[in-house]
Amino acid sequence: MNSNQQIKKKLNSILPFVQKPGRYVGGEYNRVKKDWDSVRSHVALVFPDIYDLGLPNLGVMILYEEINKRPDALCERAYLPWLDMEKAMRENEIPLYSLESKTPLSQFDLIGFTLPYETLYTNVLNALDLAGIPLHASERVENHPIIIAGGHAAYNPEPMASFIDAFVIGEGEEVIHEIIDLLQRAKEHGTTRAETLQSLQALPGLYVPSLYNPSYHPDGTFESLTPLTKEFPTSVSKRFCGTLPPPPTRFLVPSIDVVHNRIAMEIMRGCTRGCRFCHAGMVNRPVREQPVATIISAIEEALANTGYEEIALLSLSSSDYTQIGSLVDEITRRFKDRNLTISLPSLRIESFSVELMEKLKGVRQGGFTLAPEAASDRMRNRINKPIQAEQLLATAREIYLRGWNTLKLYFMIGQPGETMEDVQAIADLSKAVIVEGRKTIGKRANLHVGVSTFVPKPHTPFQWASLDPLAVVLEKQNLLKDQLRGPGLKMTWSNPRETILEAALSRGDRNLSKVIETAWRNGAKFDAWQDQFNFNIWMDAFEAHHLSPDFYASRPRSMEEAFPWDHIHTGVARKFLQREYLRSLEGTLTDDCRDGCHACGILTEFSDLRRANPSELWLCPEVN
Amino acid sequence: MQRIRLIYSKGDELKFTGNLDMMKVWERTFRRAGLRIVYSQGFHPQPKIHQALPLPLGFTSEHDMLDFWLDSEENLAQIQSKLEKALQPGITVQEYQIVPPEIKPLQTLVLSAMYLIQIDPANDPPDLASRIEALLDQSECLRERRGKPYDLRPLIESLEINCEDPTKMSMTLAARPSATGRPEEVLDELEISLQDVEIKRTRIILSE
Ligand code: SF4
Repeated sequence: MNSNQQIKKKLNSILPFVQKPGRYVGGEYNRVKKDWDSVRSHVALVFPDIYDLGLPNLGVMILYEEINKRPDALCERAYLPWLDMEKAMRENEIPLYSLESKTPLSQFDLIGFTLPYETLYTNVLNALDLAGIPLHASERVENHPIIIAGGHAAYNPEPMASFIDAFVIGEGEEVIHEIIDLLQRAKEHGTTRAETLQSLQALPGLYVPSLYNPSYHPDGTFESLTPLTKEFPTSVSKRFCGTLPPPPTRFLVPSIDVVHNRIAMEIMRGCTRGCRFCHAGMVNRPVREQPVATIISAIEEALANTGYEEIALLSLSSSDYTQIGSLVDEITRRFKDRNLTISLPSLRIESFSVELMEKLKGVRQGGFTLAPEAASDRMRNRINKPIQAEQLLATAREIYLRGWNTLKLYFMIGQPGETMEDVQAIADLSKAVIVEGRKTIGKRANLHVGVSTFVPKPHTPFQWASLDPLAVVLEKQNLLKDQLRGPGLKMTWSNPRETILEAALSRGDRNLSKVIETAWRNGAKFDAWQDQFNFNIWMDAFEAHHLSPDFYASRPRSMEEAFPWDHIHTGVARKFLQREYLRSLEGTLTDDCRDGCHACGILTEFSDLRRANPSELWLCPEVN
Repeated sequence: MQRIRLIYSKGDELKFTGNLDMMKVWERTFRRAGLRIVYSQGFHPQPKIHQALPLPLGFTSEHDMLDFWLDSEENLAQIQSKLEKALQPGITVQEYQIVPPEIKPLQTLVLSAMYLIQIDPANDPPDLASRIEALLDQSECLRERRGKPYDLRPLIESLEINCEDPTKMSMTLAARPSATGRPEEVLDELEISLQDVEIKRTRIILSE
């Protein structure tokens, strides 16, 4: 048994000998430390990667503040130890503990994992193991914590179904309270774990996989998911806030440097652009904006609460925020003399964006980033992201002219229907941009081209599409690597093998739980880290269970095929996704739905919520 | 513009926050306190905050110092009340002083520093006293640090075992810009493993 005191003592003797020990002690400004016995519910939030990456995570920040507002609950945090620390913890029998009180995770009532992407899955297993909690939901007994998980990857919960007691689908701000309330009642009434899980399933937005059985066709494709009894629903609709809650303002301020040391201010949720590859754009509908006044006062408060010198205004598409002009003006007016760096990512490719950025440009300046994704008109129509090459060149010229020396462009290869000519177009366009830059500001002009590889994601119009075979990806990358070099040009690309894994996991079924477990047992962890990712371990794990990553990643799917995630409803209907996929094959654009609703399904599935929130800040039409 | 000196302690929570990170910690502390620190001019304005003497990673301190330049005329009581609620966990300020802005930079005023070493009672060498005596008896103690040879002996101003608790040892080491003694080096000379000790800086001694 490890008490908090024993953990502290052991930490004292190992921390001086691990890298960056400041990761493992907590002590941030704004961290909340409550007396353990003064509250009824003890919640631990885990970001399944190292502290440096996890600390700034906005989702964790929001829930941490939300839960700690309750007088009857405490919320603490844990992150994954880096390899050297993990080794030291295992050798000294230190279980995974919370940073605030150094309490072993196994003593909490509820543990929430955030799953923003699939390559964190093995880290979840590692966290459970380090915490001494049985890996499988089925092996946990009464006194084990309830393990929940949410985040973008949870929209297809099946691959992690064996390990998670309940998935939270959608936004967590409201439902987390319902979960805590429910667990408190269960504790009071001495409800069994099995009964508790059943009542969790009854909460809207929750999915308890152990209450459902999947079945498969003889060819291995998914057939259907059947609830164990009729009382469980056959589908789970995501949760979201009809009106955005006020943004968090008590951001944690760590005592060591982490990836983002800043106030993350969300100005809008959702996106109406309808890019067909974009998971975030589909699952986060509808668009809801935060009013300018709310944002300004939240920034004011957060500055006073944190002392941060950097603010990021976050959304999926900043230019689309209705009041972007007045927001930027107001921010400039209010905060210009405070030595602040303010970033506004995700801007549209147009000169107005350069104007906005110029206003925000403080004393310190970073690069300017744009994401055209595709370079040929044909591909732009397919992915539904129309941009004129002339407009990109004009914007680039403007950017260089107004004092930015480095422009970053993001492209994505491997989108459905792409040919080598389309890839060549990326090279040509990039070269044209750097030529433009050199014409404008001479040798100071730099261009970074980030080339990612398309991964078909569930709940998007491209959920039927195939991942490009490895050889094709390599060929496309090589073409770009050959051509995108020379003075001022720099290109980065993603590891194609990691892409295969991501693609297999993101459209996986429940059989992948075994693969994930085997891979983890054979040493896979930190799969999102280039230097840690081990493709062979994964290939062996698939093989050990007679499965193949290609089956999930690149097998062509018919329009009728049932998907393991069909029971999860994002509100964007399968019918709509299908229509969009077919339009993509035809090369037909679909307009931004701000200019006219395309009936994606949100207002059908959530008509009551819309009626209850008739606000103009929710950008869909009203319903009667 | 006024120059303020803080005397503070740095506790367990900040043991593993290095010097560079501490500068950020202080900058943010002053910002959330609403105290207007003077920034340097130029492309990358830096806050004017000067620490007396870097504290090695893993040490705590009961007596650290920094000077900062304030762009306002608040009195010490006002400064204190603003700062108290903004301090990073682990920091306790013991004293606020107004110092003449024209005196030499704080780091150049440091003469020496005192340290308290707590040795793990389980690994406390029985012959520690004689090891200390032997070290002090030497007229020189040549060592190498980061490839540079130097003499540790003249940097040791005092070194003794606590008479009430033999697992505690205190030392005073020179800490002038050109001649800084390090407790780890002394411990190594005494053949005490860093794994078995906790080190606390108890005092910084300034000239004047
Ligand atoms: S319901 Fe209409 S307006 Fe709302 S997100 Fe869907 S398509 Fe856009």
